[in-house]
Amino acid sequence: MSDATTLSHRHLLDVESLSAREIHLILENARGFKEVFTRSIKKVPALRGKTVCTLFFENSTRTRTSFELAAKRLSADTVSFSIATSSVNKGETLIDTARTIEAMGIDLIVMRHPESGAPHLLSRRVRASVINAGDGTHEHPTQGLLDAYTIQEKKGGFEGLKVAIVGDILHSRVARSNIQALTKLGAEVTLVGPSTLVPRTFAQFGVRVTHQLMEGIRDADVINILRIQRERMNTNFFPSIREYRLLYGITRERLKSLKPDIMIMHPGPVNRGVEIDQEVADGPHSVINEQVTNGVAVRMAVLYLLAGNLPSSQRD
Amino acid sequence: MTTYLLQGGRILDPANQRDETADLWLVEGRIATRPTASLQPDEVLDCRGLIVAPGLIDMHVHLREPGREDKETIASGTRAAAAGGFTSVCAIPNTTPVIDSQTGIKFITSRSQTDAVVNVFPYAAVTKGQKGEELTEFGDLLQAGAVGFTDDGRPIMNNQVMRRALEYSVTFDTLILDHCEDLNLAEGGVMREGELATRLGLRGWPSVAESIQVARDAELSEFTGGRIHVMHVSTRASVEIIRQARARGVRISCEVTPHHLALTVEACRTYSTNAKCNPPIGPESDRLALIEGLLDGTIEVIATDHAPHTEMEKDLMFTDAPNGIIGMETAFGVLNTVLVRPGLMTLPDLISRMTANPARLLRIDKGTLSDGADADVALLDPEQVWTVDPERLHSKARNCPWNGQQLVGRPVATFVGGELIYRDGRILDPAR
Repeated sequence: MSDATTLSHRHLLDVESLSAREIHLILENARGFKEVFTRSIKKVPALRGKTVCTLFFENSTRTRTSFELAAKRLSADTVSFSIATSSVNKGETLIDTARTIEAMGIDLIVMRHPESGAPHLLSRRVRASVINAGDGTHEHPTQGLLDAYTIQEKKGGFEGLKVAIVGDILHSRVARSNIQALTKLGAEVTLVGPSTLVPRTFAQFGVRVTHQLMEGIRDADVINILRIQRERMNTNFFPSIREYRLLYGITRERLKSLKPDIMIMHPGPVNRGVEIDQEVADGPHSVINEQVTNGVAVRMAVLYLLAGNLPSSQRD
Repeated sequence: MTTYLLQGGRILDPANQRDETADLWLVEGRIATRPTASLQPDEVLDCRGLIVAPGLIDMHVHLREPGREDKETIASGTRAAAAGGFTSVCAIPNTTPVIDSQTGIKFITSRSQTDAVVNVFPYAAVTKGQKGEELTEFGDLLQAGAVGFTDDGRPIMNNQVMRRALEYSVTFDTLILDHCEDLNLAEGGVMREGELATRLGLRGWPSVAESIQVARDAELSEFTGGRIHVMHVSTRASVEIIRQARARGVRISCEVTPHHLALTVEACRTYSTNAKCNPPIGPESDRLALIEGLLDGTIEVIATDHAPHTEMEKDLMFTDAPNGIIGMETAFGVLNTVLVRPGLMTLPDLISRMTANPARLLRIDKGTLSDGADADVALLDPEQVWTVDPERLHSKARNCPWNGQQLVGRPVATFVGGELIYRDGRILDPAR
């Protein structure tokens, strides 16, 4: 069993399976690693001799770079696989790739995949630790953790803190990981968006659901704004970008009626002028750049803690 | 031919409302309840503690032959049937090619004569190529041996086509079996819509995708007088629609699968593709409504929707894996464990839904232990505790959600036409 300084998991597949203690442990370690950034030599030897592979079945330069930087700052060797998938052979490609990676003796796999549950399948096949870097519309655990880290750093804690998540919750893995992390840490979470994108099933997640923007954000301490994807329009989840912006856009004007110390978050990439105004994204309330910085620290913490759980044959 | 004496078992013959401890003789391929005094058995089976039931009938089986012999064949599928106590199975025609012509029916029957160890009753497609457009030749197909019509797997979305199918079926008083799924509502859905699908980030298949089509079928059946059978019913609302329609005399019947009776959507929690099926498994409230429908007679039949797939196909991500669960070898164990042992259902009631009821709907001379009937008999041990071992299944496929689980109740012997073809885990290949 685990003690207070280890994770009880071999993989990081989702925040749902982490306990509040484990989330705190990751955030605490991240704080230590963030200090490393302020040094002139931004590197520690914690993962020397370990190999981290980023395995991306979906493009994401930001997330991949963040993980690679995290691994390098821990002195791990990094390799990357990017695989363009056709719709017919996705599954086979995944299993085959897993076997290849296994044969190369890789210790940690960071995986991004367009389908929910893909890292779960991989984790059942490999001895390496699997870190989910986003699977379909399921979870993006390190994003949820880095958002929690950023909130804690700026707001001091979670108890009684009001966090609104605005946008396409239904299709958002970022939202799911945020909901899991924040509710476990004691924040009060409100989901805001049209009823097609925030269906009533979310009420069972221990959060408040509202379809009225101002009702959802008026008392908020933090607003996390999700990227709206135009392709959802084609399937009638909402009729137009124009109407979406009118109803749910975080505009300059709306910002004025919120708490003076409101904190604005966005996982990026930002659709300026759609879900958020340029002035809001770049304004004094925005922590979007800090989120990116913290992402590296949180990912270092995750890599470090999981490396400690590798089977003994893979340890030093 | 061997004359068998099945001695001292509990004879359950729902067709004759019979439930008593007695001997049963199998003579010249037929049931003999009143053998001549001089008759000597060649073999005596001690059946004390066992159920002696009519061979079970599964009216919903994908044998996959012709076309996907890598998943299952008539040979392997009927062996799985025998191991599950089934002596008659209805073959779904969604093969490659689709069984939509007399030639197709004749292929199934002739291949069954050489390869099958249980009786195979083929269905034919409702529409040519299961395209949902032009009706097949019902009269010709019935004459060739079809026992009903279904486009299972490819729902008939066009209401006019379904209307004509039901209307034309009246000519022959035959059965139309429908896979009820509104393809627009269900598009992209891989598990039942609801909290867990939302949590897992998987596209939901909403319950109304089924019940809307069930309501349509009830309306069209009432309007045309055709006999409609709803396959694998899975939602509370569907059961209620069928209950109400039956109460006003609509000729609508339905079946439910063991997996919808035994499992809930929770079976998908770990992205387990062996729990992925169509219609998808619903929440506990639906499961309870299905059991209620089974008990009050709204649901007359339990059928497995045995749907074999290769391990390679199921060993994919949840979204990519095909729908389907194999169910014949585990059916009795699952149902006995989940329904009979907890006291929800009696054994005679369970057996009736797997013998007399499907036989009546299909109008086949099976599912009874009447004197002179074909000696299709299942010996079931309701107390045997066993663990489902995927490596010991007779099906070619392994896509079973009960793999590794313990069940109580198992078929111990199966007779088809008076021949012992299965005993204690082994198929006894008969010279036929």
